[in-house]
Amino acid sequence: MESLSNKKKVLEVKPLNFWERAYLPAIAKGLSITMGHFFKKPVTIQYPEQKREFSENYRGLHSLKRDENGKERCTACGLCALSCPAEAITMTAAERQKGEEHLYREEKYAAVYEINMLRCIFCGLCEEACPKEAIYLDGDIVQSDYLRKDFIYGKDKLVEAPLNQ
Amino acid sequence: MSTFYFIAFLSIFFSILVISAKSPVHSILYLILTFFTFTIHYILMNAQFLAIVNFIVYMGAILVLFLYTLMLINLNKDSEPVKPFMVKLAAVFGAGILMVALVSSLKLSGASAPVVLTNPNLGLVKNLGKVLFNEFLLPFEVSSVLLLSAMVGAVLLATKDPKEPKATI
Amino acid sequence: MELAEIGIKFALVAIIFGISLVVAMYSTYAERKIAAFFQDRVGPNRAGPFGILQPLADGAKMFLKEEIIPTNATPFLFIVGPSLAILTACIASAVIPWGQNVVIAGKTIPLQVTDINVGILYIFGVVSLGVYGVMIGGWASNNKYSLLGAIRAASQNISYEISMGLSIIALLLVTGTLSLGEIAQQQHGWHWNVIYQPVGFILFLICAFAETNRTPFDLPECETELVGGYHTEYSSMKLGFYLFAEYINMFISSAVMVTLYWGSYNYPGMDFMNELLGTTWGPLFGFAVMFFKVLLFIFFFMWVRWTIPRFRYDQLMDLGWKVLIPLAIANIVVTAVVITFLK
Repeated sequence: MESLSNKKKVLEVKPLNFWERAYLPAIAKGLSITMGHFFKKPVTIQYPEQKREFSENYRGLHSLKRDENGKERCTACGLCALSCPAEAITMTAAERQKGEEHLYREEKYAAVYEINMLRCIFCGLCEEACPKEAIYLDGDIVQSDYLRKDFIYGKDKLVEAPLNQ
Repeated sequence: MSTFYFIAFLSIFFSILVISAKSPVHSILYLILTFFTFTIHYILMNAQFLAIVNFIVYMGAILVLFLYTLMLINLNKDSEPVKPFMVKLAAVFGAGILMVALVSSLKLSGASAPVVLTNPNLGLVKNLGKVLFNEFLLPFEVSSVLLLSAMVGAVLLATKDPKEPKATI
Repeated sequence: MELAEIGIKFALVAIIFGISLVVAMYSTYAERKIAAFFQDRVGPNRAGPFGILQPLADGAKMFLKEEIIPTNATPFLFIVGPSLAILTACIASAVIPWGQNVVIAGKTIPLQVTDINVGILYIFGVVSLGVYGVMIGGWASNNKYSLLGAIRAASQNISYEISMGLSIIALLLVTGTLSLGEIAQQQHGWHWNVIYQPVGFILFLICAFAETNRTPFDLPECETELVGGYHTEYSSMKLGFYLFAEYINMFISSAVMVTLYWGSYNYPGMDFMNELLGTTWGPLFGFAVMFFKVLLFIFFFMWVRWTIPRFRYDQLMDLGWKVLIPLAIANIVVTAVVITFLK
């Protein structure tokens, strides 16, 4: 059949010559290649001690952001939960009381904000949906654990540390 | 001497087990043990070379091949041929008569003279080699021809006739 | 035999036994570490400094694992299999000369458990017996993969035993003795047998790879086709015994190769060193040299394992029957002709 791309190469299969059939020179060659690797520096990154740098757009653990004055930005609008394809986010909204202005930016805030890390697929849609720029997937890899309930991360794990501490 | 009797008892014991074992694989394993006791017999007779050769050739090669073939055939209880009672009876009767004949003939022939070795170290490799290649050179070489003919026969049996159509799998 | 002599023999047996077990144990560690280095990795490094406690951890794990005997297995033979494998692996070291006679406190102690005059044949016999451990275990498991592995092991060992024996015959033409002690002595002062028998050595080396079931001839346990081969059904320390037996076999076959071909405990400048160190430390230094050579061979075994892919089964048989055996016979003929004309 005529080749469409004209990239077809007909390979000639030559019978092996004596040295190739003897197999020992090929073994010696292979052994020298592996010996070359024996003295190379290992490429291993020893994970818990050494960490590999993530790329710019890596999506890791979520963090709930604070604004420049250290107030929580989240207003518990629920858009992130709505956009979440895995339905990993749940939240309970509460009204800001008098004297809590330094804690929450808006009048409404999330009293409970939970993400189930076993459900989350780290797609980043919550990040895109958030009108207040409150949630970003800029964290680390989610830690392993033994119990399912320990993978439901609350505000204690999600909210960014306060600014001046 | 007591070692000899102990080992002799073991050889007979294991050879009885060889023929009485139900599973053929077990019977081969008993055969291996029997050959092992033979090896010890050779060592007791100071025939080291023969002992080791018995060890390598019989235990290490021939019986491995026996075991190999037995593992490949599926010998279940269902495939075991059931022999009628009359055949069994005839076999027992025949074997009994054979034994009587053997015992009576042995009795008639009288006690054989014990074999006395002129050289107690005949079994060592060097002495054995000298004897084999000087006194018994002709029988030795003839036996090698026998082995060669067996080998050629095996090759002939194994090669397929090119005229025959290939077996379809 | 005096009581003291028996005691010394027992101590020697215990020491050699201990050394082969420790070497086998650390071979598992070395295998993983060397594999890692060949693949630009780090290897086990968590248990202790550089991971040197890894074999202990592995051993403890093996002992603590659940022991499973399959319902349809033959229980007695299932246990006999690994026992036989490790037994035959261990008893082969009895005839290997580890050094010259050591003089300790006025007593001359040979560093060889027993110097029977058919030493090579003894090792050969024990090696040929080693296949029973694999075969019995594989058959008793009552598993298709195990059975296939056992069958492969049997046919492979028998095929390669022949060329191994033939390569040894050529060596015997050169040495004129079957005793390993004498062969070791004859190689004193650069008369290493590998110089006289290079082809025989290569044949022996290839067969040693096949007999120890090491890559590229590890078909009896190749994972891609047979799950685990003959030890598919084994768990706990029974599996450990099989794996252990493989490493002890590797150690013993390295020692045999060093003894037969690579000058045993002999090294250049040996007479000078013996005078310098005396009759106690000189032979012990020879032992260290031999041990070093053995370790080099073990390294070579591992080096080959991480370089050469596994043979296909028909290639294995072709190599054994159509290449190695004719080569070995040709080697015998050439050696015999050369010896008749030179002497």
